[in-house]
Amino acid sequence: MNEITKDLLREISDWDGEFKGAYNIREDGQCAGRVSSKNIKIESKKDKPGLEIFIAPGTKGETVSIPACVTHGDVDDLVYNDFFVGENADVIIVAGCGIHTETGEPARHNGIHRFFLGKGSKVKYLEKHIGKGHGTGLRSIDPVTEAELEEDSQLEMDTAQIGGVDRTTRITRAQLGARAKLLIRERILTEKDQNAKTDFKVEMNGKDSGVDLISRSVARDDSHQEYHSVIVGNAPCTGHSECDAIISENGKVDAAPELHARDNDAALIHEAAIGKIAGEQILKLRTLGMTEEEAEATIIDGFLS
Amino acid sequence: MLRLENISWSTPDGVGVLNNLDLTVPDGKLIVITGPNGGGKTTLAKIIAGIYRQDGGKIFLNDRDITEADITERAKMGISFAFQQPVRFKGITVRRLIELAAGEKLPLDKICNYMSRVGLCAEEYINREVNSTLSGGEIKRIEIATVLARHSVLTVFDEPEAGIDLWSFTNLIKTFEDIRKNLDGSIIIISHQERILRIADEIAIVADGSIKAQGKPDEMMKLLLENNSVTGKCFKQEEMF
Repeated sequence: MNEITKDLLREISDWDGEFKGAYNIREDGQCAGRVSSKNIKIESKKDKPGLEIFIAPGTKGETVSIPACVTHGDVDDLVYNDFFVGENADVIIVAGCGIHTETGEPARHNGIHRFFLGKGSKVKYLEKHIGKGHGTGLRSIDPVTEAELEEDSQLEMDTAQIGGVDRTTRITRAQLGARAKLLIRERILTEKDQNAKTDFKVEMNGKDSGVDLISRSVARDDSHQEYHSVIVGNAPCTGHSECDAIISENGKVDAAPELHARDNDAALIHEAAIGKIAGEQILKLRTLGMTEEEAEATIIDGFLS
Repeated sequence: MLRLENISWSTPDGVGVLNNLDLTVPDGKLIVITGPNGGGKTTLAKIIAGIYRQDGGKIFLNDRDITEADITERAKMGISFAFQQPVRFKGITVRRLIELAAGEKLPLDKICNYMSRVGLCAEEYINREVNSTLSGGEIKRIEIATVLARHSVLTVFDEPEAGIDLWSFTNLIKTFEDIRKNLDGSIIIISHQERILRIADEIAIVADGSIKAQGKPDEMMKLLLENNSVTGKCFKQEEMF
């Protein structure tokens, strides 16, 4: 494992020299370390690059980490990771991707993650994406997340892409069974001429299923973001999505939320707000002794926290 | 001591709001500024905080000329401003806002102290965002907690009673009575409320862009009740509630 990977791991997965629990470290398309635990088995896929992660039924309180790092240009890394979460398990999955290029050549990571949550299972999924290094080489991260939630299961996704990624297309698809709950919290910051597209489709097929999708983004400089969400209620269910964006300089944001009620008892709500930082917010923080620049930074930090 | 000399201010389209206004706020005193709507009270409060820039006149804080100081500089000199409509922030927690006001990380017991002074239980609120889920009364009290955390030499409250329900209002009065007992620097409250007027050391009546009268509460209340022709109907009596 090289030093760049170590630096990236500290940022994307709070790595402090070791991982607690099962882990697999992917470095430039290769495995740089793997440990399974008694309850969490990590195996290589046989037909394509990637992993199969088996979490035993009833596993409680364990964490599995599968960070991926690209440490130089001219890499196009594609990986398929499948998570099979046993019934009534309650675990934390830490993914995340760091990309570093200095050479002017592009670097890309495309992680396709599929989650199969067994009945009554509960997963907290943490995913942090960053881009590092100098030079004009494009840093791209294009994650695809597909989730199938069986009855009474719960998936909480906490994803953040805070700077340095030039191009990203983030696709999330989910199918919810009865009483299954999906919570998605996404934060994106784009700067310079970066471009981020995020696309969600959640289908609630089981009675009393629910989704809460919260996206907060900041588009600065000449960057551009596109947000598209589709929430489909095929059963008595509750769906809520909230898309808030701050734009500054020439930043542009397009938001296109869709709600589709296919059942008389589907209750779906969408809230969206796009705009620059409110002048009164800056005034308030200036009355606490901050400069205008400090106030803006504080507001954005809080918004994306 | 805060001293305003000959302050004038007009709206961008030229309507005069403050006309050669003079005001002195002695150290350690609570001054309530009252007067009819449109008389210039909020404008005056914002000029003191540096949010509006006066067209003419001078401002001195402890004999230092702060006329040209901007909002940030005045805040660093110890002037605080509690907004009539407190500002909401998505993503910033109550704890973070109070720490930003204090200028440092604070232990829980200190935050509890500020929150309890405004009648809120810190543990219930510190991790909540200062967003639209807070009621008008809650955010008003959090706004007051943020200015208490600053240990200011001068604090300006712009109509603290505005936009809150009756129950919250009763508690708000208790909060100001408590602040009055433990006065930390000078305080200016812009208010129409008789119960707030009654806890003042002095009341200043602003109408038509200048101070019409300034003095002890009893004298000023008498003047207000007897002479609406001078001041207009400028405050709401307790009986209205």
